[in-house]
Amino acid sequence: MTVFDNTTVRCAAPLDANHPLAAALEGRSDIFAMTEQAQDAALRPKNPGGLSHDERAALAIRMARLNGEDGLADHFASPLVDGDVTKIADPTFDGEPDPRLAALIRHTDLVTRDTKSVAAADISALKDAGISEDDIVRLSELTAFVNYQARVSRGLRLLAGLS
Amino acid sequence: MSKIIHDFTTTVPFWQPRVTPIDLDDATEEQRDALQVTPSNQKVSEYVLVLARDAETLKERTPLFNAIMYNRGGMSRAERELSATGASIVNRCVYCAAVHASRYNQLAKDVTVMERIFADGAAADLDVRQSAILQFAMKLSQTPPEVTADDMQVLRDAGLESDEILDLILSASLFGWANRLMHTLGDPIERSE
Repeated sequence: MTVFDNTTVRCAAPLDANHPLAAALEGRSDIFAMTEQAQDAALRPKNPGGLSHDERAALAIRMARLNGEDGLADHFASPLVDGDVTKIADPTFDGEPDPRLAALIRHTDLVTRDTKSVAAADISALKDAGISEDDIVRLSELTAFVNYQARVSRGLRLLAGLS
Repeated sequence: MSKIIHDFTTTVPFWQPRVTPIDLDDATEEQRDALQVTPSNQKVSEYVLVLARDAETLKERTPLFNAIMYNRGGMSRAERELSATGASIVNRCVYCAAVHASRYNQLAKDVTVMERIFADGAAADLDVRQSAILQFAMKLSQTPPEVTADDMQVLRDAGLESDEILDLILSASLFGWANRLMHTLGDPIERSE
């Protein structure tokens, strides 16, 4: 796989070895390959714990949309089968009346949009909703990773001279 | 009860977890592998022991972090620390800002840049290149990111080449990840004597 086939690069901009950015991207191909591996670990881990692959994909679509990265959102949507879980991908859906889902969505949105305001009470709220400490860390890594990937995507698009 | 630090500082605080760190004695083989525990490396921070609750992601994150911050070529290490600090200020990760501002100071052998950034944020009075890097990192850290083609032109005009801008994007984005763990899963607290 070349760096131009990498998910994060491909979702940002259609580039190839003739593009003026090719040398810069190829110089960091190891980083893009590691980003792909981190994506697999955050989105489709062998041990998903209490956060299913479909829930992770739906939350990732939601976060990509909150960041205005529709190309990335479409990428996460491709393996997702229709069902209740797809509602999570809609940024207007708040998860009510399911208290677990509402807590997961509230935290995902807060950490994505307003990281600086997250306080101890927000972690307590997840625990109070019955979410295990392992799953709190899993959700945090998923949220943190997708917000990283969305920014790399945005930056690459601009660097490639696209809007 | 230790006091939580809210103001930016270059003195690295302690980090007090909000989620229970795993006990190294009870760690699974997968967790020990992700923690890179070896007979010569038994010291693992509480932060990493919290992250070990998601060993699969931790195992991928550590080498990726090191590659973005320390790989050869491209933007200088000091400028990557400047970018990391800019993101950490937007996300108010006092711990991350302390670690990376102090690394900047060591690499650049100059404390005035970080003093100005802590005092004035994006408006800090810096040289053209430092200011362009800081402002791009801070705009990219907003949700949604606020960077535009004009900001890209400012970087070009300040003399950054494409490979350097790529490293700026990667390092600022990486702290969109790191800040969302460090700032949400624990508190920076004063070091007791």
